[in-house]
Amino acid sequence: MSDTALSYVRSEMVGESAPPASTVGLVGWMRKNLFSSWINTALTLFAIYLVWIIVPPIVNFVIIDATWVADDREGCLAGGGGACWAYVEAKFGQFIYGRYPVEERWRVDIVFVIMAIGTITLAIPTLPYKKWNSIFMLVIFPIMAFFLLVGGYFGLPHIETPLWGGLLVTLVVAITGIVVSLPLGVLFALGRRSDMPIVRLISVIFIEFWRGVPLITVLFMASVMLPLFLPEGVTFDKLMRVLIGVALFSAAYMAEVVRGGLQAIPKGQYEGSQALGLPYWKTMGLIILPQALKLVIPGIVNTFIGLFKDTTLVLIVGLFDLLGAIQLSFTDPKWSTPMTSHTGYVFAAIGFFIFCFSMSRYSIYMENRLHTGHKR
Amino acid sequence: MDCLTGQLNSGMKHVQSVTKEGSVMKKIILPVILGMASLGVSAGASSAATLDDVKAKGFVQCGVSQGLPGFSNTNDAGDWTGIDVDVCRAVAAAVFGDASAVKYTPLSAKERFTALQSGEVDVLSRNTTWTMSRDTSLGLNFAGVNYYDGQGFMVRNSLGVTSALQLDGASVCTNTGTTTELNVADYFRGNNMNYEVVAFEKADEVVQAYDSGRCDVYTTDASGLYAQRLKLTNPGEHSVLPEIISKEPLGPVVRHGDDQWFDIVKWSLNAMINAEEMGVTSANVDEMRNGSNPGVKRLLGTEGAFGEAIGLSNDWAYNIIKSVGNYGEIFDANVGPDTPLGISRGVNDLWSNGGLQYAPPVR
Repeated sequence: MSDTALSYVRSEMVGESAPPASTVGLVGWMRKNLFSSWINTALTLFAIYLVWIIVPPIVNFVIIDATWVADDREGCLAGGGGACWAYVEAKFGQFIYGRYPVEERWRVDIVFVIMAIGTITLAIPTLPYKKWNSIFMLVIFPIMAFFLLVGGYFGLPHIETPLWGGLLVTLVVAITGIVVSLPLGVLFALGRRSDMPIVRLISVIFIEFWRGVPLITVLFMASVMLPLFLPEGVTFDKLMRVLIGVALFSAAYMAEVVRGGLQAIPKGQYEGSQALGLPYWKTMGLIILPQALKLVIPGIVNTFIGLFKDTTLVLIVGLFDLLGAIQLSFTDPKWSTPMTSHTGYVFAAIGFFIFCFSMSRYSIYMENRLHTGHKR
Repeated sequence: MDCLTGQLNSGMKHVQSVTKEGSVMKKIILPVILGMASLGVSAGASSAATLDDVKAKGFVQCGVSQGLPGFSNTNDAGDWTGIDVDVCRAVAAAVFGDASAVKYTPLSAKERFTALQSGEVDVLSRNTTWTMSRDTSLGLNFAGVNYYDGQGFMVRNSLGVTSALQLDGASVCTNTGTTTELNVADYFRGNNMNYEVVAFEKADEVVQAYDSGRCDVYTTDASGLYAQRLKLTNPGEHSVLPEIISKEPLGPVVRHGDDQWFDIVKWSLNAMINAEEMGVTSANVDEMRNGSNPGVKRLLGTEGAFGEAIGLSNDWAYNIIKSVGNYGEIFDANVGPDTPLGISRGVNDLWSNGGLQYAPPVR
């Protein structure tokens, strides 16, 4: 008998057998990520329990038990005890435009539409004409928006700012604050790191002053103290006071965020640019700031989002922003029910979330796009 | 009254604690501010005739609350309505014959007096309690009372309580840091009753605590009780007890030093009360004007020259009644039994019906 008959040699490879059923698919994923140890299992079960007690009541309130159509509070009271969306529908115009006259609201709509189109086209990097678009959005659009919203020219009736309200005021305050605070913040950040003593002193005083007082105090001073110092009959538009206060306030915060970025740039970058013979502004504009600002995008957007939410404080000077308009509508006895304030706050939360979350997502997108040197 | 407005300031806890005169903040801040006011502004304010300014600009600038149901709130169309707002409209009707010639400035409890002092508003009609210190040292004049308010108690009907004197041992829900809390303490101690306070920062929290049964009694100003009752799950199961334990006369306010404007605001309110007493309504005012009652004729300007005496046209009161209504009409339209608030006239009824509303005669 030869050896060949005794030994057994496979002539081809065995095919890969399937992994154990417990490690693949949904079960495997769950075992790996949710139930890998007793502690993770406990945490998973606890999280499921939390979802179970939190989500169904919210869904019930917001959707299932909600009243969608009603004429007044009686209709909502007769409903299932859920959200009273009919109230939001009745007050929707006020939430968006405040007391802006109904027949003039198209002017606000135009501003909103142009702003949306301009911002979106500016935000998508692949679209052309960035330069012209920026010039339009930063120079022409604000002037156009001013004339459209305020009126008094070209046959448009004058609409005073006390009539503005709702989302309109929120956006006007937030966008003015954002657009003014970034360049101003960059200037003060550079000023604070400048070698010129007077410039540095002014920047430090400005930044520390505005950081040292709460925004609520700034607004309160602007609304209560300022009129006492002005001569009789001289009134200073309330919205204007707020815009200036908010812009200066956020500029101080922005300056510190930008300064953080400037400090992260190695000295070699400054020296290299000086060796090339670049003057100060070119050093900053071409070498330092592009790197520094990229580094602090999260901080900048953080400040923007904070500013957007801080706009709700304008209520104390008698301006009704989105939240203010919603809270004001709670006091209409026609719609006063146990659910009214909850419904209003849910609506406010949705509104603010949309804006803040969009800003946050766009900043992540920009970070990834600009992640060239520090990518990990 | 003011603690209701406090809920609007919900973002700012310290703002809220200032809403009544008992709070510390106001005691410190107001004199400071007003001291500055008297230095910086009073010279200008006292020399100007408000009526001329108002006529020149073509509207009355009126300070209202930042939302108080039935007193000043915005309706579905976004217009200000309420019993305080109607006082502003009456003044505008008296001056211009047009009740819509008003611009509103919503003011927080803190801002209201400086806004009036600095001339930002011509008249303050913002559920403001008439007190001696405000009338004197703040340099203000109260032109009358358009709503007699006072602190009251609300209880569940199932408790079977019909008088506040039966509340011994009750737990009482209220706002923190307002005179409301102090009034309750005085009342219960004065009547030798025990109680337990359950206090919250915001009016909404108080309502929810009461609604969920954390306490037996809810106390705040009576008008506020009616407004908050709408937010309860079953408003019909609760009632307001008859005892009123504090005096809160609310009325329109003007600056010191301009007697003509003071008279105009005062008599605009008086005209509405007198009109109700004489049975003149917005519906029958044209007919009554040409009637034979001499009192009505004096009021509506077909006899005498009472309007000219306050710098207005003689049909000033006719314009008020025609476009705004008499006192009973504005009460019923904004807070009365047929509105969701459902407040009965009570002490706000005419003196001739056993209430407190009493206006001096036009003659």
